[in-house]
Amino acid sequence: MKLWEIAHSRTGDKGNISNISLIVYDKKDYEKVCEKITANVVAEWFKNIVKGEVIRYELPQLGAMNFVMHDALGGGVTRSLALDKHGKSLSSYLLDIEIELD
Amino acid sequence: MKKIRIGSGAGYAGDRLEPALVLLEKGKLDYIGFECLAERTIAIAQQQRLKDPEKGYNELLEYRMEKILPLAYKNKVKVITNMGAANPESALEVVRKMAEDKNLKGMKIAAVLGDNIFDNIEKYSDTIVWETGKPLNGLDGEIVSANAYLGMEGIVKALQEGADVIITGRVSDPALFLAPLVYEFGWFVEDYDKIGKGILIGHLLECASQVTGGYYAEPGKKDVKDLWNLGFPIAEVDESGDAVITKVEGTGGTVTTSTCTEQLLYEIHNPEKYFTPDCVADFSKVTMEQVGKDKVAVSGATGREKTDTLKASIGYKDGFIGEGEMSYGGPGCLERAKLAAEIVRKRLEMQEVEMDETRIDFIGINSIYRNDSREIICYPEEVRLRFAARTKDRESAVMVGNEVETLYTNGPCSGGGAAKYVKEIMSVASILVPRDGIKAEIICKEVL
Repeated sequence: MKLWEIAHSRTGDKGNISNISLIVYDKKDYEKVCEKITANVVAEWFKNIVKGEVIRYELPQLGAMNFVMHDALGGGVTRSLALDKHGKSLSSYLLDIEIELD
Repeated sequence: MKKIRIGSGAGYAGDRLEPALVLLEKGKLDYIGFECLAERTIAIAQQQRLKDPEKGYNELLEYRMEKILPLAYKNKVKVITNMGAANPESALEVVRKMAEDKNLKGMKIAAVLGDNIFDNIEKYSDTIVWETGKPLNGLDGEIVSANAYLGMEGIVKALQEGADVIITGRVSDPALFLAPLVYEFGWFVEDYDKIGKGILIGHLLECASQVTGGYYAEPGKKDVKDLWNLGFPIAEVDESGDAVITKVEGTGGTVTTSTCTEQLLYEIHNPEKYFTPDCVADFSKVTMEQVGKDKVAVSGATGREKTDTLKASIGYKDGFIGEGEMSYGGPGCLERAKLAAEIVRKRLEMQEVEMDETRIDFIGINSIYRNDSREIICYPEEVRLRFAARTKDRESAVMVGNEVETLYTNGPCSGGGAAKYVKEIMSVASILVPRDGIKAEIICKEVL
């Protein structure tokens, strides 16, 4: 299934950095999502867009994690040539990742 | 235990007004904050001020205050906003005069100054810019503004002087909401755990409806009722700094632990270290509990000592972006759009138009995710070509859009809906500056 089935997400930006949250609907899925959706998996998924490091922060009490992606917005909101300069739509792309819960 | 109710009346410069009026009328508020100043907005406002020394405040100030002032006066709600942008003094004068015309006797209006460090910009010429990794004096374009992010100090001082309406320039967004808590509950400014709790509340409120179901809906997965009539948030805060996030009954939207968690993580990067001028807040242990319909209790934020620097935003002219768009449809539309892009590229090359960077998008195919490797399973019924370039001068930027437009008669068949744009880029460079010598000052005037 897609991550979209079991989690939701919101993107924010600061300069050339994109900040994407990932929050599970049901906390019982959190551990599995943590295990599968690592910073490396996310960096690989966004490799056409994100040129820098991806760091993951975990907040298990909220069933949430926060991905901070560096060099992700084509030079930053003001000068990027991208249509979505803020990268606001990236959250929905994150949720397109396939995940098996077994 | 003493409780304070703070509402959030705007989440960005151009936000809707009527949800704020609903809050003022029915929210039983003590305070309302309006966050209206994005990073770049102040650089644009500064340019307006250079053209006209009376301007440079938020363009919607008059429109908003016309309706806000009488309601705030009647219901005794104090108003705090950064709509002063690059010119809080002028904004103060405009609002004072408006309040006088409306006969709002005794209303006190204050402006918070001190964030503008443009006159001292030379002092920081060797400071490293975050975005470029190079010293400030190495920036390519002309610097037009420089503003430090002030904390709550000036707003608290204005409240101590009895101000009813407080207009600031650049302050940290959460400070708009933290200040009244510090003032009302008498929190010590070095009680960093309390300040951290106040920052959390400010952070949850500062984007207005983003915590009450705005920017959240996903039909079938996360349905939100009456989004067209979205209510803006209220925080009911007690002396300990714990709060319940809610909204006015009967308005659209929803307040759940999910909406609050999305907003908690919004743009904070490391949840353990959220740097603000008033403390380094720690949201990593925050907990949330649904305590009723559209009522979420939040607690568990802490904080550590503030750093000895302030973030400052330097606005500078960074060239131009020129772009053009054209739509193609039906069988072969993608191939025609690709041919069109190739023609534009060659035409610009032939005329030696100087461009620092170019970008070609096929809207509907690859414009936001750049995922060219994914197989196109279903051939698109339509596609829109977008050709964009960054240039040093306006003339070159104009050429980009023109070359897309001339595809009408010169390009592949049946292109339609041409559009072209030229924008001057106002970029922001961020630096850290020492706190010493940067101090909030206030002006306070009473309506006679």
